[in-house]
Amino acid sequence: METLMVILVGILVSIGTYLILSKQLLRIVLGISIVGHAVNLLIITSGGLKTGSAPLLGEKAAGFTDAIPQALVLTAIVINFAVTAVVLVLCYRAYQSFGTDDMEQLRGDEHE
Amino acid sequence: MNNLLIAPIITPLLTGMVLIVFQKNVMLQRILSLVALVATIVISVLLMNQIRDGGIQSLQLGGWEAPYGISLVGDMFSALLLLAASIVSVCCLIYAFSSIGRKQEKLYFYPLFLFLIAGVNGSFLTGDLFNLYVCFELFLVASYVLITLGGAKRQLRESLKYIFTNIIASAFFLIGVAYLYSMTGTLNLAQLSIRIAEVGQDGLITTVSIVFLIVFAMKAGLLLFFWLPGSYSVPPTAIAAIFAALLTKVGIYAIFRMFTLIFYHEPQITHLFIGILAAITMILGGLGASGFSDLRKILTYNVIISVGFIMAGLVSFTSAGLTGSIYYLIHDILIKAIVFMIGGTIVHLTGTSNLKNISGLIRLHPQLGWMFFIAALSMVGIPPLSGFLGKVFTTQGVFEAGYYWLGVIGLVASLLILYSMIKLFMNAFWGETILSVEEEKGTTKGLLFPIALLTLASVALGFGAEAITGYVAQAAEELLNPNLYIQAVFE
Repeated sequence: METLMVILVGILVSIGTYLILSKQLLRIVLGISIVGHAVNLLIITSGGLKTGSAPLLGEKAAGFTDAIPQALVLTAIVINFAVTAVVLVLCYRAYQSFGTDDMEQLRGDEHE
Repeated sequence: MNNLLIAPIITPLLTGMVLIVFQKNVMLQRILSLVALVATIVISVLLMNQIRDGGIQSLQLGGWEAPYGISLVGDMFSALLLLAASIVSVCCLIYAFSSIGRKQEKLYFYPLFLFLIAGVNGSFLTGDLFNLYVCFELFLVASYVLITLGGAKRQLRESLKYIFTNIIASAFFLIGVAYLYSMTGTLNLAQLSIRIAEVGQDGLITTVSIVFLIVFAMKAGLLLFFWLPGSYSVPPTAIAAIFAALLTKVGIYAIFRMFTLIFYHEPQITHLFIGILAAITMILGGLGASGFSDLRKILTYNVIISVGFIMAGLVSFTSAGLTGSIYYLIHDILIKAIVFMIGGTIVHLTGTSNLKNISGLIRLHPQLGWMFFIAALSMVGIPPLSGFLGKVFTTQGVFEAGYYWLGVIGLVASLLILYSMIKLFMNAFWGETILSVEEEKGTTKGLLFPIALLTLASVALGFGAEAITGYVAQAAEELLNPNLYIQAVFE
């Protein structure tokens, strides 16, 4: 199960990388978002999957789910959400100001 | 247990939250944020003295014993950085009073500024790797908004690159956290240190350490500084100054923490790697600083050189080298704020950052010129100014450890700093005065006071080095001895 998940994470990261390397602002934002989700999956996987019981069953339980990665991933998702919202607004504002969403044209001043 | 440790995080954070409510009342916002930041200075001085007397202090949040809860740990290294950061933040705030503009003040400048400081202080004090990530995000999100504040075209363009770079670095941070957690089962820095010392730092853990190094190198501008010159030259001066003074330093702090507390078993791989990065950073930064004739570009490339130089002390991993790095780090926090404020003031006066169009400012603004001159000499390391001791100890440590090439590059980089700063000084302040008072685009009213305060602090750091030696030596000793940190957390 863990191996499958890691392969999935790899696929998501490669899709994200492809999108980040493109020129359009919106694609870059989507790429970043996908990489963020891949990382969240990786964190969940890092605690082990399908241990078969709930967390916090007491000290003598035979198996239990590690609750920490889930707590971590919750925080990471919230932060990821906030950052994506900020970036989307900023991209829209940049699009309004420059009239373009092409990163090639947002490179910098001429003669630099 | 020491409840004072949470105060430097809580004070700016709560004040910032309260200030959001009083968005319209600018005067109240100014006073409250100034009070909060001055209180942070007082708290960090108190903390420093407690740490001097009682060793490393720790706080287990919510009473959950380490490693189950979240720990806050304050050692001398973090307390010194905390003090320097709070002094700089007060001065940048005062500078912002008369330079940031009424519109920005109503657009939540003060709450954002305080959140930024809360995140920076939190990064210095946290004893938990994931909490470090959260604090990083706290100040990064605040910086995303601050860098675009005003919404000028250049700002939007550069901030997009800044934000994308940082988000990707943060994703790598989380990847490192996930790997480290799956290998060690903990995220408490002290327990990580114990576990890795027990099982040994094998190839896999060293690889993860390199992932963390890449993340923090991106934040610190160590080799991966491609985003830095653009994004640090667009925001308003007060914001650019606090960015240059603090944000890269948090990355440096994180590298120091990770590679002295956790990944210190394979210095021939990791520390050599950092050394190579530092050397390349110093060379490229030096070339940039001496090559450009744009005031802001020169200053931002000087930020990059100093990052490389501070890292050299860590690479040596000797008592002298670390002492030098800590001295230089504190000095650099103060001095980068000074030169960025002076640079911003020059741009404010003349309306241009191109050195070819600026000349002879010293006739009308002698104080500005002399303060810049002091700052320039201090950056180069002329005794008895504050940069001197840092340079001496770092170079001594690097030579002791046998990294001769790194020491030589550090000294050559100092020469390039000297060249670039003197070029800036001669071009901007000497020569014919082309602007009369009436022709100037702005006044220095209210801007000189915070610069003078910081210059005073920097000169005091140089002349009063004797008084601070004990603190710095203790900080270096604690960094070289991870057991002290571990004991303080699990006491």
